[in-house]
Amino acid sequence: MKPASFEYVDPRSIDEAVEQLARHGEEAKVLAGGQSLMPMLNLRLARPAVIVDVNRVPTLDRITEENGTLRVGALVRQRALERWSVARVPVLAAGLRLVGHTAIRNRGTVAGSVVHADPAAELPALLLCLDGSAVARSRAGEREIAAEALFQGPLMTTLRPDELVVETRWAPPPPGTGWSVQEVARRHGDFALVGVVALITRIHGVIQRARIGLFGAGPVPVRAAAAERVLVGQTPTPALVEQAAEAAGENLEPLSDLHAPAAYRARVARTLSGRALGEALTRAADDAR
Amino acid sequence: MSLEPVRTVRVRVNGVEQERPVEVRKNLADFLRDDLDLTGTHVGCEHGVCGACTVLLDGEPVRSCLLLAVQAEGASVTTIEGLADEERLHPLQQAFWDHHGLQCGFCTPGILLTAKAFLEENPRPSEAEIREAISGNLCRCTGYHFIVEAILAVAR
Repeated sequence: MKPASFEYVDPRSIDEAVEQLARHGEEAKVLAGGQSLMPMLNLRLARPAVIVDVNRVPTLDRITEENGTLRVGALVRQRALERWSVARVPVLAAGLRLVGHTAIRNRGTVAGSVVHADPAAELPALLLCLDGSAVARSRAGEREIAAEALFQGPLMTTLRPDELVVETRWAPPPPGTGWSVQEVARRHGDFALVGVVALITRIHGVIQRARIGLFGAGPVPVRAAAAERVLVGQTPTPALVEQAAEAAGENLEPLSDLHAPAAYRARVARTLSGRALGEALTRAADDAR
Repeated sequence: MSLEPVRTVRVRVNGVEQERPVEVRKNLADFLRDDLDLTGTHVGCEHGVCGACTVLLDGEPVRSCLLLAVQAEGASVTTIEGLADEERLHPLQQAFWDHHGLQCGFCTPGILLTAKAFLEENPRPSEAEIREAISGNLCRCTGYHFIVEAILAVAR
């Protein structure tokens, strides 16, 4: 229950960190908040030769919002974004409150949870629903990876070993958007068995925009595109919500494990989708009414 | 035997400056216990689930098993040994005594430090908020009921 021996470097700039990753490649692991990596080191599920601790890199702990894009530096702790977003992007605050516990969120970073890519984690699904992306830096330069192109499988992303995520970008939903984050977990703070994020924007009674994201319902978080299509352009009714929830629960590939069988997860996905859509609709402002 | 990487760490623990060489792979919990003899920080699961090793890092509760000792360089750490004021128990400690908020005592240091930081941020919490606040700390003796009562007693 102790980490295997490793070399420890704590770069003081992004360039220096990227240089370390270029030098050590697959042998290196980036340490940010450590709330996923440290357990894996302690359990020796991961045995990197080099730990690149980026906690001393300045400028990575900033939250800025400009031109409708929320930019969250790679060292922003989950707790910091939770506090920041309560009055600004409540759907993010609600999702963040479900990530671990306070002591975990005080250290755990937003970017770290995104790139850890646990299929049952809240933040990857939120990134999908908020049209987000991760910005990765390497010696070759910088590239922005959209959330849909980031998640490859459980704990797998399209990031290369020589890339360092320097920030995540999020598009807060349009004003008046109704939102909901629902999940079923054994205990508060656990990873979800299944969870759903829903965002609904409506104008003159008609749904203009819908985002439904599911987590814990497959190897990667997914947008329920079919369910979104059911909703857009329609006037919400209980029957429509029912139909959309049904669509959200279809074509999923949930995993079976000792916590829940796949069929149970699929059923929970459908039920939570209905609840999330119902709650998002009641929160959605409608100027026309 | 290969040479184990070592670094000197400077950290303020319960108000006292400490400077020690430490293996880079050693976590803060083991550093506090083995190097500083502060054995009030308990080590349970060693992967961040049980909360027994919770300490305050610059005033905020963190898992000391998920932090390398070298990462605490320049920081201020409060352990359970730093909670009481000399001979006088902290109000939370007194309330845990009065309300039977502990039995075996293994989870108690982590819960007290978690509760201290929680009450500083939310001095008048509801019972439900207290239960959520300590949800990251496992207790296998009390059933939590007396712990919640003790924290409520301090909040009132």
